[in-house]
Amino acid sequence: MTLTDNRLDGLDHDGGLDELEDEAITIIREVTAETRAPVLLFSGGKDSAVLLHLAAKAFRPGNLPFPVMHVDTGHNFDEVIEYRDRLVKEYNVRLVVASVQASIDAGRVVEDTGPRASRNRLQSVTLLDAIAEHQFDAAFGGGRRDEDKARAKERILSFRDRFGQWEPRAQRPEPWNMLNAKIRTGEHLRAFPLSNWTELDIWRYIGREEVPLPSIYFSHRRVVVERNGMLLSVGGPVVAEPGEVPFEETVRYRTVGDASCTGAVRSTAANVHDVITEVAAARITERGATRADDNFSDSAMEDRKREGYF
Amino acid sequence: MVLRIATAGSVDDGKSTLIGRLLHDTKTVFEDQLASVEKASLRYGDGSLNLALLTDGLRAEREQGITIDVAYRYFATPERTFVVADTPGHAQYTRNMVTGASVSDVAIVLVDARNGLTEQTRRHLFVASLLGVKQVMLAVNKMDLVDFSQDRYDEIVAAARAHATALPAPVALNPLPISALLGDNVVDSSDNMPWYTGPSLLRQLETLELDDDHSIGARLSVQWVIRPYSTEHHDFRGLAGRLTGGTVAIGDRVRVLPGAQQSTIVSIERGGVPQETAEPGEAISIQLADDIDISRGDVVVTVAAPKPPVVADQIVADVSWMVDKPLEVGTRWIIKHLTRTAKAFVSAIETRHDVSTASQHSTERLELNDLGRVHLNVSVPLVVDLYDDHRPGGAAILVDEATGMTCGALMIRGFDGLES
Repeated sequence: MTLTDNRLDGLDHDGGLDELEDEAITIIREVTAETRAPVLLFSGGKDSAVLLHLAAKAFRPGNLPFPVMHVDTGHNFDEVIEYRDRLVKEYNVRLVVASVQASIDAGRVVEDTGPRASRNRLQSVTLLDAIAEHQFDAAFGGGRRDEDKARAKERILSFRDRFGQWEPRAQRPEPWNMLNAKIRTGEHLRAFPLSNWTELDIWRYIGREEVPLPSIYFSHRRVVVERNGMLLSVGGPVVAEPGEVPFEETVRYRTVGDASCTGAVRSTAANVHDVITEVAAARITERGATRADDNFSDSAMEDRKREGYF
Repeated sequence: MVLRIATAGSVDDGKSTLIGRLLHDTKTVFEDQLASVEKASLRYGDGSLNLALLTDGLRAEREQGITIDVAYRYFATPERTFVVADTPGHAQYTRNMVTGASVSDVAIVLVDARNGLTEQTRRHLFVASLLGVKQVMLAVNKMDLVDFSQDRYDEIVAAARAHATALPAPVALNPLPISALLGDNVVDSSDNMPWYTGPSLLRQLETLELDDDHSIGARLSVQWVIRPYSTEHHDFRGLAGRLTGGTVAIGDRVRVLPGAQQSTIVSIERGGVPQETAEPGEAISIQLADDIDISRGDVVVTVAAPKPPVVADQIVADVSWMVDKPLEVGTRWIIKHLTRTAKAFVSAIETRHDVSTASQHSTERLELNDLGRVHLNVSVPLVVDLYDDHRPGGAAILVDEATGMTCGALMIRGFDGLES
C-alpha cells in the first residue's frame, strides 16, 4: 500500500470533514466568547481562507463579531491583495492592515540587505506591535499541527507572555480540549481552530465548500529562477543573481507568504480537483517544498515561534 | 471513523520510535521530513536512522533524547484515520497522559520486555482506567532484546492482567509482542515470533470496535447567542453550541437549566444551513419558541432525555493535579465546566490515589502529578453529569486565579444536587 493509494482512497467519502468543521466552529465560538477583543489573522493563504470561511459560518446569520488583520510584508503577490480586498467585501468584515514597511520606516526593525533578504522574520515585530496597538487579546490563526514538528506540540489555545513569546515547556494542558482563555493585561492568546486538519483536509474542504482562493494556487505561466531547488518568481523583491537565468515555467504555489522567499512548484493542476490529486501524491511537505525560511536550520520554525511568529 | 489514540510508556520504552515506525511504515512520512531526521540522527545519535526524531520536534527534546510535551500526529490507512497523542514518559508524565487520554478512544501502553511491568506501567493503566479509556493495547516492546521469548511475554501479560483487576474501572487489555525498532508486529506481522498468531498493532487498531455512547439524551451548553439585529433577521436569536448526548429535532420540548423554564425547538442551523434534526458532535444553533432569558453557560436539555444532567453546587470529583502549587483544603480556584466559569472552594480532600498499588491514602494536599478525590463547593449551580455517564458534562478544569494557569483536570464522581 503506497501513500498515494492511502490518501486518494479518502477522496470518495467525507473522511471526517464534518467533524473537523464542527470542532473548528466550536473553538472559534468559545474563544470569541471568552476573550474581549479577538482578531482573525488573514494572510490570503488557503489556511486563512478556510479559517475565515469557518468563522463566518460560526456566527451565521449574524456578522463576524471581530475584524481580520493582514500583516503586510510589502512583498506581495498582486493577485493576493486583489483577492483579500474582494473577500473583505464579500464577508462584510473590517480589515486591519499591519504594515512591515511601516515598522521599517519607524525604525522598529532593520531590514536585511542583499538579493536574498526576506521580510518574513520581520513580521513578528509588526504583528506584536499591531496586537498591542489595537489591544487585541486573542488572534485566530490557520496553523496546523501537521505543518511542522514544533507546531505538532502546540495547543489549540497558545499562551503568549508580555513579550509575545511562546514557551513550549509552560503550555497550558487542554484536557477534553477544554480551552482556558484567562490572561493578564499585556498577555495574549493565539487560537488555532485548524490544529487537527491536514493539508489534504484543507484542500478537500476548499473543494467541498467552494472556498475562493487567490489564482496563484492554480497553474499558470510565470518567469522564475531556480534557487536552492526552489522556483522563485522574478520581479518584485526577487532579482536574478549572476549566473541565474530566468525562464518561463508552468507553476503554482502551495503556500502564500512573502514573495521573496515563497517558492512555486512545477504543476499543471488547474483546479481544486487537480490539486487534491497532486497533494495526495506529494512526497514533500508543503513547508519543505516552498518555504526558504524554514530551511535555515532544523529548528527554524521553533525559533521563530519563540520570537512571536505565528 | 477517526480513532483517537494515546500512547504511554516509561522513559526509553520506545514510544516515539513506535510512532515513528507507524508513520514510516504507513508511508506517512514525507521525503523532506525523512531527510531532516537523517540529518538530525547524525547530529544527536549514533548515525543510524532514529525514528524517534520524527516526533521529538523541539530542540531540547532532540538534545536530551526525550519527549517533553504532548505531540499530535495524523496518519491514515484505507480502513481508518488515526490521531495519535504522543505523551511523554518522564517528569509531568501524569499530567500529559491525562491530557492525552482525555481525548482518546484507546491507549497504547508500552512495556519494555526486559524490565517488565514498572510503576509507570501501573500508573498508565490506572490513568487510562480513571479517564474512562476502555481499550488498552498492551504493547510489549523490545522483544528483539529478550530473544523473542514467549515465556517472557506471557509472564508480563499475566502480571498486567493481575494488576488490571485492581483498577478503579474495568479496562479491556489487548496484549501483543512487538519490536518498534525492527518493525515486528507494528504494521506487518513478525517472522521472529511465529508463536504469536494475532494481528499486528496496526491491524488491531484498524478493526477495533468501540462501544457506541448509549444515548442519555441531548444537551446543548450555550456558547454564544447569535443576534444579528439586521432587518432581514430582526428577531433571530440563535443559541449556539455543540450538541452532545443525543439527537434533537424541530418540535422537541426542552428545559433550560439551571432554571426551570421550558420551550420548544423551532429551528436548527448548522453553519447557517437549516436542518430538521441534529446529531451529537454537531456545532449548531437552535431557536426556541418562547422568548426566555438564556445566556452563555445555560444548558438546553430535551425533556425526554432518559438521563438528564443534574443541577448541583457541591461536587465530588477525581482530580489530576498539574502544577507545582499544591491543591490544599480551603483554597479557592476558578472552575470551568462546559461553557460556565465560576469559583470553586476546596472543602475536603477525601483521598490521594496510589496509582501503582491502586490503593488510597488520606492527605491534606495534592501535589504535581498526584491523582486524588476532592470535594468542591461551587459559587453558582452547575449542570453536571457523572463522568462515566457523559464525558463533556462530567469533566471540568481548575484554573489559578492569580496566574491563569490550568491546574487541575476534574472527573465528576458525585454531587450534592439542588435538584435531580
